[in-house]
Amino acid sequence: MEGLSVADANLVMYLHPSKSRNVSQSILRELGSLLFKFNETFDGVLLAYDVNILDKQAKILSGVHPYFGLRLKANLLLFSPKPDMLLEGKVVKLSQESIHVIVLGFSSAIITAENIRGEFKYRTKDKEELFASKSHKRHVIKVGTMIRFLVKSFDEEILHIIGSLISAHTGSIRWLDRHLEEDSEFDRSFSKLKSFI
Amino acid sequence: MGLELPKYPEMEEDQVFNFTDSEIVSHVKQALASVLSGDNNSYNQLVGVMHHSKHLAPDEVALLETTLKALAGAVSSIDITYHDSLLSAIFCMSMWNYGPHVADALAELIVSLAISNGKYLDLCLGMLVSNFTPPPYFLDKLKMPHGLERKGQVLSRVHAAFKKIADYVPLAPLRLLTIVLQGMPTIYHKDRAIVIYVENMLKLESGEIGELVGSTILMAVVDRLIELDVEIGWDAILQDDFSKGIFEMELEDVDDIEESAEPDVGEFRLSRKSLAGNSIAELLDNLLVLTFEHLESCEREGRLAKVFETLLQSFQVTVLSAYKSKFAQFVMFYACALDPENCGMRFATMLADLFVQDSQPQPTRMSAVSYLASYLSRAKFLAASSISSMLKRLVDWCLEYCEAHDGDINPNAHRVFYAGCQAIMYVLCFRMKVFVDVPRLKSELLIPLEQVLKHKLNPLKVCLPSVVEEFLRQAKAASLFTVCKTFIFDGLLESELSRAFGGLERLDTFFPFDPCLLKKCDSFIRPMFVFWSMVKPTYNDAFDDDDDDDGSSDDDLVQDFVNENEDIMNDEFGKSLDEQGVDMDDFDYALKKMSITPKATSNYKFGGRFQEPARMPSRIRPSTSPESL
Repeated sequence: MEGLSVADANLVMYLHPSKSRNVSQSILRELGSLLFKFNETFDGVLLAYDVNILDKQAKILSGVHPYFGLRLKANLLLFSPKPDMLLEGKVVKLSQESIHVIVLGFSSAIITAENIRGEFKYRTKDKEELFASKSHKRHVIKVGTMIRFLVKSFDEEILHIIGSLISAHTGSIRWLDRHLEEDSEFDRSFSKLKSFI
Repeated sequence: MGLELPKYPEMEEDQVFNFTDSEIVSHVKQALASVLSGDNNSYNQLVGVMHHSKHLAPDEVALLETTLKALAGAVSSIDITYHDSLLSAIFCMSMWNYGPHVADALAELIVSLAISNGKYLDLCLGMLVSNFTPPPYFLDKLKMPHGLERKGQVLSRVHAAFKKIADYVPLAPLRLLTIVLQGMPTIYHKDRAIVIYVENMLKLESGEIGELVGSTILMAVVDRLIELDVEIGWDAILQDDFSKGIFEMELEDVDDIEESAEPDVGEFRLSRKSLAGNSIAELLDNLLVLTFEHLESCEREGRLAKVFETLLQSFQVTVLSAYKSKFAQFVMFYACALDPENCGMRFATMLADLFVQDSQPQPTRMSAVSYLASYLSRAKFLAASSISSMLKRLVDWCLEYCEAHDGDINPNAHRVFYAGCQAIMYVLCFRMKVFVDVPRLKSELLIPLEQVLKHKLNPLKVCLPSVVEEFLRQAKAASLFTVCKTFIFDGLLESELSRAFGGLERLDTFFPFDPCLLKKCDSFIRPMFVFWSMVKPTYNDAFDDDDDDDGSSDDDLVQDFVNENEDIMNDEFGKSLDEQGVDMDDFDYALKKMSITPKATSNYKFGGRFQEPARMPSRIRPSTSPESL
C-alpha cells in the first residue's frame, strides 16, 4: 500500500516551565496530541512515534513565560495519501450509490457510483448487497472485502478520502493478487508457446 | 416498493402516480443537477418541502418523508455551494417537530450526508447535537407523557445516528466531542436547556462510543456543576454568622421546625429555606440528581470503578481547588457509597495522600484533610477498619511532625499540622464509640494521639473550640485520657487562634460533607449519611442505664449497649446500606416524634437541643430497644 512512510525527524519541542517536573511525560503527551491529525510540517498524518531526547540540557527562551526547548530525535510513521496513489481498505457499507471503506482503521473513504467502472454491477444476492464484475464472475466486492482503490482527493481536516475504482488494477485485493499471478503465468506460458511457433 | 403520492410538485394534480424508490431518487438527482445549469424550479420546490414543518397534514408528512428518503439516496449529488439553501434547510430541522417516520428518514439523511463527504461531517454532527434540546415551545411539555414519549423517540434516534456515523467514520467521535463541549448551554440560559443537554451528555458517556468520549464528557459535567455551585453564594445559605455550634440543628429536624416556625427553637446556621426560591440551586439540584442516577447505572453495568477514576481526577482538578465547594462534592460521596470497598477507600486514600505530600501547596493539603475528616465522619458505609486505618495515618503523620518541630504554639507556621489535628478530633467526635471498645485501636491510635495533643504546639488551644470541647467531653466520658489544663471555651465556635490557622479561606470551619441542602439530592444521600443526631456520644452512656424497662442488671446493661450499638457494630460487618440507613432514619425520626424534649435552655451547643436532658427517665419515655416498638 502506498502512502505510508517512516521518517526520521529532528525536532525541537518547547515546553512550558510547569512541565519541567516530568519532562518525559510531557514530551509523550505533546506528541500524543499530534496523533491522527494531519500535520503540515510532516506533510502527513502522524500514526506512531518513537522518540529519544538528544540533549539533557535545554535552552530557555527569553520572554514572558520562560519556555524551554528540548532537542529530540524521533522516528515517525506517517500517512500521506496523494492523488493517484493506490490504497487498501475494508468495505464497511455498500449501496447502489456508494462504497464506504475504512483505511488503516481510522481513515474513512468513499467511492461514489460514478467512480466505479462499468465492469461492476450492483446486485442484491440473498439480501446481501454487492458489486459483481460482469467479465470475471469471481470478482465480487461486498461488506468486509478488502479492496484496493485509487485516491482522487484527501480532506486533510477530517482525513476523509475520495477514491475511485475506475482503473483496471483496483478492486478486491484477493481477486487482484490471484489474477495477476495467473495472468503472469499465462503470459509466460503463452510467450513460450509463441517462441515455438 | 411502490409508493403512492397524492401530490408531487410538478405532476398534474388530478392524477395519482406510483413511483419506485429509485425513480424518486433519480428525480431528485435531476432536480439537484439542474441547478448547475441554472434551472432552479424543481430544486426550489424541494427546498420548499423541507421548510414546511408546522401543522402538517398527513399527505404533507408523507411527502416530507419521501423527499428525505430520496435525498438520502442522492447525497452524492448534493453540492455544498450550489445547494446551500437546501443544506441549511436540512440542518435547521428539529426532530422534535415530527413523528417517528419522518424522524427516521431525517436521521438516515443526516447519517448519509455525514459519511459521504468530510465537509458535511461537522455540520451533521452539529445538527444532531442541536437536537439534544427541544425547541423552546416544547420545553414545558417535557414533563407530560406525550412530551416524554417524543423525547425518547428523538434521543434514541440521535444517539443511534452517532453510533452509525462512528462506524463508518472512525474519527467522528473526536469531532463530536469538540462540538458537544462547545455547544453546552451556559448556566445563564433562561430556558434551562442545560438539564436535558447534560442528560444527553451522560447518555453519550454510557453509550457505545462512551469509551472514546466518556472521560472528557464527565469532566465537563463536573466543571459545570462547580460553576453552578460557585454561583450560589455562601450568604444565601448562612443566615447568621458563626456564633452557634457546628453540631447544632441538622437538617433532618428542619421539617419539624418549619411547621412550628418558632424563632428561638434554635438558630439556623444552615438554612434550606433561603435556598427555596433560588433557581440556580434548583438547577444544580436537578443536575446532581442526573449525575447520581447516571452513577447508579454505571454501577449496575459494572463500570463504576473506571468512571470513578475520571471522577477522582476531576475532583482533584476542579472541586478540590474551588473555593469551598458547597454541593458538587456529593457526587464523590454518592459514588463512594455505591462501592464502599473500592471507590470509598480510593477516595479516602487519595485525600490522605494529598495531605501528607510536602510538595502540595498548603491550602490544597488543608482542604484535602477537611474533606477527609468530613467524609470519614459522615459516610455511613465506611467500615470501622477503614476509618481507623485512615485515622492512624493522620495520627502518625501528626506525631512525626511533632517530633520534628520543637517550637511553641504558632497557628500561622503550622497550619497544616493544626488542620490535621482538628480533622482527627472531628472524626473522633463522630466515631469515638467505635474505637473505645477495641483495645488494639486504643493503643495504636489513642496513645500516639495523646502525645500529639499534649505537645508544646498545643493543638487543643488552636483548633476550633467547639470541636475541641466536644472531643474532650467525649474523651473524658470514655476515660481515654485526661487533660491537665482545663479549657474554657464558653461555647465558642471559633477563636482568634483558630481563625489564624484557618487563614483567609477559613479552612478551619470547612466541613464539606455537612448535610446537603439541596432537597432532591438530599433524598439520595440521606440513607448513607451520618447525621449528628444519630451519633451516640460516649457521655450518653450514663443514661443508657435507664433504657431497659426491667430495671438495670449488668447483663441487661450490656444487652442494651449491644442493642443500641447494633447499627454501628453491624456497620463493621458491612451490612447493606438499605437495611441500615432506612431503619436508622425512621428509628430516629420516630424517636424524636415520641420524646417530649424541652426546648434548649442549656449552654451546650454541641448537639443542640438534643443534649441533656435529652434522655428522660425511662418510666415516662418509651423504651428504645427495637423489640418494644
